[in-house]
Amino acid sequence: MKVLVIGVNHRTASVDIREKLAFNGPKLEDGVFGLRKIPEVKEAAVLSTCNRVELYICASKGSAAADHIKDFLAVFHGLNRQDFEKSLYVHEAETAIRHIFRVSSSLDSMVLGEPQILGQIKDSFDFALNKKTTGVLLNKLMKKAISTAKRVRTETKIAENAVSISFAAVELAKKIFTDLAGKSFMLMGAGEMAELAARHLMNNGVQDVMVVNRTYERGCELAREFNGKPVKFEDFLTELVHTDIIICSTGAPSYVLVKEQMHKVMKERKHKPVFVIDISVPRNIDPEINKLDNVYLYSVDDLQEVVDANIHGRKIEAEKAEKIIDEEVDKFVRWMSSLDSVPTIVALRQKADEIKTEELEKLKGRLTGLDEEKMKAVEYMAAAIINKLIHPPTVALKEDTEDRDELIAMIKKLYGLDGEEE
Amino acid sequence: MEIYLFEIALTFYFAAAIVCVMEFFKGTRTTSIILLSLAVIGFLFHSSNIIARYVISGHIPIANLHEASSFFSWCIVMIFLFLEYRYRIGLLGSFIMPVVFILMLSSSMLPRKMEPLSPVLQSYWLGIHTVLAFVGDAAFAMAFGIGVMYLLQEHFVKSKHLGGLFQRLPSLQILDEINYKLITLGFPLLTLAIITGALWAESAWGSYWRWDPKEVWSLITWFIYAVVLHVRLIAGWRGKRAAILSILGFCAVLFTFFGVNFILQSKHVF
Repeated sequence: MKVLVIGVNHRTASVDIREKLAFNGPKLEDGVFGLRKIPEVKEAAVLSTCNRVELYICASKGSAAADHIKDFLAVFHGLNRQDFEKSLYVHEAETAIRHIFRVSSSLDSMVLGEPQILGQIKDSFDFALNKKTTGVLLNKLMKKAISTAKRVRTETKIAENAVSISFAAVELAKKIFTDLAGKSFMLMGAGEMAELAARHLMNNGVQDVMVVNRTYERGCELAREFNGKPVKFEDFLTELVHTDIIICSTGAPSYVLVKEQMHKVMKERKHKPVFVIDISVPRNIDPEINKLDNVYLYSVDDLQEVVDANIHGRKIEAEKAEKIIDEEVDKFVRWMSSLDSVPTIVALRQKADEIKTEELEKLKGRLTGLDEEKMKAVEYMAAAIINKLIHPPTVALKEDTEDRDELIAMIKKLYGLDGEEE
Repeated sequence: MEIYLFEIALTFYFAAAIVCVMEFFKGTRTTSIILLSLAVIGFLFHSSNIIARYVISGHIPIANLHEASSFFSWCIVMIFLFLEYRYRIGLLGSFIMPVVFILMLSSSMLPRKMEPLSPVLQSYWLGIHTVLAFVGDAAFAMAFGIGVMYLLQEHFVKSKHLGGLFQRLPSLQILDEINYKLITLGFPLLTLAIITGALWAESAWGSYWRWDPKEVWSLITWFIYAVVLHVRLIAGWRGKRAAILSILGFCAVLFTFFGVNFILQSKHVF
């Protein structure tokens, strides 16, 4: 029995191909059932996200299975096999296990350490579990993929520190103001990045929102969107006195706020701290205002540097994560090889012998009148019973059938032979 | 026995100071827990030492410089533990425990003999006046530590060096807030200490105010903190300026405490 991963991700395939191979909505159910119909495929689960489509397979014959699965993909999605085959990767056995662990731990993600992938993996496995398309091996593998991801999350700092500009802005705001609830915020101008940052701030509790725009109508429109108050461009300096966080993105050709103006504002607001984020290019806010006490100005370049440093930090943490993954892959491979039949037969035999001796000892304690000969007869009988009982499972284990792995796991479970499993 | 209690407390504070250095450079949750436990255990031994000395001598143990700096450190640790309990500020211990250890170390090197109190000191004012002064000074010491943390964090945010220390230091707002609270705690205590001191001086020496260097420096300290509070309330001097002022204020406290004794002559024993 082999673990197999076949798939495409953002590095190997264009959006175009990923879209065509995606298992969306009802396709997911048809997909997993379709996969199970391939003769070599014993267990199957499908992960389909915008950055990757992966099939997790447990198959009896690796190469043949891979070939049939590729055919299946072509038929299922109505494509030509050669159109997508070059983008596909196929991992087998240990490499496949490592791949799954790396994906769940977000080491293979486009944004290193991003948290969504773990949830997506959980969903895809829950789905397969519900549809009963997985078995002993994949279930265990999935459980391990999830626990490995959690270990990586807690033992490394891979998910710490913002790696997008808008999140970096929120993190900074939290280091200036403890709590963003009750803070007021001014959005000057518009733009995708500014609006995204605004939304993040609001998700973190900022309530009082003011929107300033050169054209008042556009300002009103945006204000409605953010549930805020429109402010005329001429009045923004007066409103600044009550503003704790400013995001500026006006696209004006020159500075709209200079040091002297800010100095006055600070005096009026009794030097309560202000966090100013200038994401306009060219800059709209005089960089000199950062020199004023309690004014913290960050430009888009500053934030980008923060983000770059954080990304670099995550890469360093990823190296630690790889070590954790090596350990976990090792453990899993060992578990898989323990599924081999010989150790199971030995363990079964041992267990039976233990039960026999234990029961005989108990009997000796209770029956005192037995002479040696009679005792031997009793012992002989006990041995005969256990031998007869374990004979059929032993024979079944020795047979080289396709579902032997499952049988081994089953026998281990039935007889309670899995001492070391958690 | 009480000497051993002191030594044990000192040992724990020493261990805490070492963990502090680790915490500062490479802090994890484990180091903070170890640090806090060491501080708590040290504090318990320290408290028993102070109680033992009180029982043996029959008066609050602040009669010589050894006892005074020991009691002063005890007050600082007490406030530190309270702040830690109330706010759970990362890294605060790194800024406080080394100071405590140095104070305790200097205390350990001073003569520890318990001598009978001179008649002048034998008054209920001793307990009231000194405890007020020491708790107040301890609050200022803590404000000093918090002020240093503020300046560091402010520097990180302004210069955009957002490294590990930045991540672990608390936010500017909370540091500023605690700094302010500590000064509003220390200031009335200092005021009361000066008033009770004057009353005591009147009953002991016959006059309220004798322009003794200790008295003068206490008054200077009092003025500094009065200014800190005043400019904060009136002109909104907060953040960096408040932090710098609270650092200056504590320098005056230290000079009143040690400097006056060594450089100037004073009626005060410590």
